[in-house]
Formats: sequence, C-alpha cells, structure tokens
Amino acid sequence: MQDWKILSRITFSSTITFNMSIFLYLIKKIFTLGSTFLGITLISFMVMHLAPGEPMNLQTDFNPKMTPEMRDRLRAQYGLDRPLYIQYLQWLKGLAVLDLGLSFSPDRRPVWDKIKERLPVTLLINILAIGLILVIAVPLGVAAAVRHNSIFDQITTVLVFVAYAAPAFWVALLLMLYFGVYLGWLPISGLHSLMGYTQMSGWEKLLDWCRHLIMPVLVSALGGLAGLSRYTRSSMLEVLRQDYITTARAKGLPEKKVIYKHALRNALLPLITILGLSIPGLIGGSVIFESIFAIPGVGQLMWTSVMARDYPLLMGNLVIVSVLTLLGNQLADIGYALADPRIRTGVKIDD
Amino acid sequence: MKAVSQQITRSPHNKITCLSQLGNSPLAVAGLLIVGLLCIVALSAPWLAPYDPQAIDTWHILESPSKAHLFGTDALGRDCLSRLIYGARISLLVGIVAVGIATVIGTILGSLAGFYGKWIDGLIMRFVDIILCFPTIFLIMAVIAFLEPSILNIMVVIGLTSWMGVARLVRAEFLSLKQRDFVMAAKISGASNARIAFSHILPNAVAPILVATTLGVGGAILTESALSFLGIGVQPPTPSWGNMLTEGKDNLEIAWWLSMFPGLAILVTVLGYNLLGEGLRDALDPRIRSD
Repeated sequence: MQDWKILSRITFSSTITFNMSIFLYLIKKIFTLGSTFLGITLISFMVMHLAPGEPMNLQTDFNPKMTPEMRDRLRAQYGLDRPLYIQYLQWLKGLAVLDLGLSFSPDRRPVWDKIKERLPVTLLINILAIGLILVIAVPLGVAAAVRHNSIFDQITTVLVFVAYAAPAFWVALLLMLYFGVYLGWLPISGLHSLMGYTQMSGWEKLLDWCRHLIMPVLVSALGGLAGLSRYTRSSMLEVLRQDYITTARAKGLPEKKVIYKHALRNALLPLITILGLSIPGLIGGSVIFESIFAIPGVGQLMWTSVMARDYPLLMGNLVIVSVLTLLGNQLADIGYALADPRIRTGVKIDD
Repeated sequence: MKAVSQQITRSPHNKITCLSQLGNSPLAVAGLLIVGLLCIVALSAPWLAPYDPQAIDTWHILESPSKAHLFGTDALGRDCLSRLIYGARISLLVGIVAVGIATVIGTILGSLAGFYGKWIDGLIMRFVDIILCFPTIFLIMAVIAFLEPSILNIMVVIGLTSWMGVARLVRAEFLSLKQRDFVMAAKISGASNARIAFSHILPNAVAPILVATTLGVGGAILTESALSFLGIGVQPPTPSWGNMLTEGKDNLEIAWWLSMFPGLAILVTVLGYNLLGEGLRDALDPRIRSD
C-alpha cells in the first residue's frame, strides 16, 4: 500500500516537473524571439539612416518644382521631423501590422504586397534545395565516415572542397551554357514557359515547372551540400568512436544494424542545428541564382531594389527575410529539443 | 616569485614544430603553393601582364583564345589574361583587408566576452545572434545601397559582416584558457587584467584565429566576387574576377572564355586558401599532433 502511494507521488511530481521544464523552455524561447526581433529592427533602422542626407532626398532633389514648403510637408508626412526614437517606434508600429510603406518605384504599390507575391517562390526553391541537400549529403557523409580513409573517402573529400570553393554564380553560368545553350535540354530562365503554358494539362505544367526549377535548385543546394556532407562525416566519425558502439559490436550485432540503428540516430542530431544555421546562407544565395535565372523571388527583388535605390522596399525586404530566418532558426532549435531528450530534462551533456 | 610565475606563464605551444607538421599533408602543401603563387602573381602584375588591362582595342573584339591573346579578349578588345592578373590584385587586397578588419573586431569582442563573462558575454553573444539572422548578402547589399559601391566600402562592409565566427572562436578559447594554471600564476604575481588577456591568454588563442583568418580570406574573395558580379562591388573598368563574369554572362553564347577563366581563377584561389586553412587546423590541433 505504502509503495503504491510513493510510486504515484513520484509519477505525479515528475509529470509536473516535465511540464514545468517544457513551459519554462517555451517562455525562454519567446523571450529570445522577442529580443532578437527587436535587435533586428534596431539594426535595420540604423542601416536606413546610414545614408548622408534624408531618405526622401531622392524624390525631391531632381524635381525643379520642389519648394521649401513642399519639402517640409513631405518631411512631416514621413515623420522625419520627429526625433529618431519616435521614428523608430512609428516604424515598429507599422511593422507589427505589416505596413512597410509604399515603394519608391513608379507604381507606388505597398511594399508588403510586392514582397508577399514573391516570397512563396523563394521559399519553394529553398525548401526543395534543403530536401536535395538532405537526400544527397547525409548518405554521402555517412558512407564516407564508414569507409574512413578509403579511396571513396578521399575522392569525396576532394570533390567537397572543390564544391565549397566554386562560386555559385559561375556554376550557374556553366550549367546554363552547357544544358541550356549547347545541349538545349533545359530552359534558362523563368519559372515556367511563356508560350503555350495555359494550354498545357496539369501534368505537363508540373513537368514544365520541374524543368525550369532543376538548375536553380541545384545551384542553391551546391554549397550547403558540401558543408553538410562534411559535417555528417565528422559527426558520424565522432559517434563511431564512442563506447556504446564498441559495446554493440561486442554484443555481436551485425555491422549494418550497428551503423544504421545505433550510430546514425545520434550522428544526425547535430545536423538539425546545422541545417538551421545554413538557412541565412540559402536565402542569401537566392539573390544570385534568382538574378541569373530570372526567377521572381525575394532575392531578385532585393537586387532590383538596390539597383533602383528603392529604399522602403529594400528595408522591408531585409526585415521580412531576417525575421523568417529567425523563425527558421528557432524552429530548428525546437526540433533539436524534441529530438534530443537530454535538452528537455536539462541533463548536462559532457564533451 | 616573479621568476617562478614567468616560468609557468611561458607559452605551452611551440609554434615552429606545429607549422612544420603542414608538410605531412599533400593537400595542405598544395594549398600553400596556390596561395604563394597567387601572391607572386598579384605582386608582379605590372611585369607579368602582357597588355594593359584597360587598353581598349576595337580591332580585336571578342576573340577566342589565341597565341596573341592567351585567354581571349572581351567585348571592348581588352586582353583577358592581363585583366585576370590585375583582378588577382583586387581580390587579394579585398580579401586580406576585409578579413583583417573582421579578425580585429572579432578578436576584441570575443576576448571581452570570454574574459569578463557574465553580462558582457551575454550582451555580445546576443548581438552576434542578431547579426547572424541577417543573410549576409542582403545586409551587405542594403548597406552598399545607402553608401556608394567602392573598393573601400566593400572591404569595410565585408569585414563588418564576417567577424562573428572569429568572435565565437576567441570567446571559446578565452573561456577554456581562463581556467588554466598559468593564468592563475599571472594573477598571483600581480598582472593587471589587460596584461593577462593580451600577453598571456591571447598568444595561446592564436591558433584557431589563424585558421579562421585563412579560411576567411577565401570566403571574403567569394563574397567580393559575388557582389562585383551583381554590380554593387568593384565597378568597371577596374577588373575584378566578379565583374569579368558579368561580361561573361552578357556574352554567354558567343564567348565562353569570358565566363570560364575568371570563375576558374576564383575556384582555384578559394580552394587554395581552404586547403591551407584546413591544413593549418590539422597541424595546429593539439589532439591530432603526433608528438
């Protein structure tokens, strides 16, 4: 009777501690998210005010009909006559409701609309790229670790180094040259064909999209592939050195089971964090291949807005992309916490 | 007392034997050779280049590689080989200066965070996390949009956006070295905080900084060429491997040599720095050392 009471008390209190630790973890996460978001907006705001002169000079300087009164009115309209911290708070207020201002370009459309219509494209290509990276890099890294110091390992190491050092835009150009111009297999620009697109059936449309997306996704994945396969290899090597692997082998388990059931699961854990850390790199890389392959995504939008000195669009783009990166990193963190029970219960991990 | 503490505070590493370990790895030696070759080419550009890189020759536009022009000519008749050689100067300059700035900032902030700990550490690391949320190219593009693209601006901006890795490394080194006996000995013998940090801890933290710096030059060259390719880096007519590739893109179907050679140059250069950096890492790593 006594044992049952003690047992139920232990189970009850451990459930409470379990829930409390998750709760505290989430509270800490929300706090991190909030303060990092504020930091992002603060730095973006400071970048905005780097330019000598005022943000609206571009509109006013070359206009011969501009009078000092009109200048003052524009200044008041943009709130530039208020002290800096008030401007910052106003901008922050706008951010909260996704009002990022109007673009400077002749169409004067809201910045958020322009970003909204391009975001899905970039996200699509980056998600596909992450998928490609996982599918190729992880098996490659595991195979290289298992065949440590063999010819296979050495060849893949050299290939990885070369892929790391190759500039993405050069590889894109070479691919365009070879597959687009010489062989004519793949189209070299856009998301889908322009002629006859509407007459295509569902399957043909899908195939058309695939043909257009192969090269951008490949170029986007190239750098991340090299990095992740290298990291998988070293993570796997580290795990294979552990005592529990020796135990598993001593128990007489078949080698395949040792590798795939025991070693792999532990080697894959750090990959989640690495994937999260490579998100800014992937999004940044999209500037290059979107410009080359004429893909209408946020990367190309960033480039055209820089070229046109369209400041509201530029800053809105920067903030939105950074916030997305922040969310991606936090998701990776949460994913890691879910996958590794040691994080949740707060057990100290030794090196 | 001072003599004893001086004995304990002598550096535990002997750098000469570490660096000679580099000779063991053929890849690292290859990296060293490539980097050395690049430096020689960049320094001797005025004597090495067969033509003036800015010399426009409208009689010989878009010629494929020949005996007169080993790597062909571009749309304005300028010799590609000479432009490549002068481009090496720009790439090397930008790479080294940018990484120099990044290393200085990263070392200062990292050592402050690692040495003092507590709230300074928290503040600096939170700052690093915030900056890491910005995709580097986006941030650089935004800053360059507000200032004008010039070589100086690019060097500074690339430096300002790549110090984070160095800072983290230095912080980790300081955190672990702070516990060692020679630091305790230095404190006992009355050394000030600044002296402990600079004369005792920092020399022992140099190894990972050196590795990060070498690898960073490769990264900076890649970033600079990407920016020049997009048109917001080194402006034409100054030859940079990146803006040579822009011309290559414009003439993709008719002049393959304009796209091939600058890209190859970037590839080999960055490969050289990466191999050298990895070789240095293996040579200076106390765990793998054979002695």
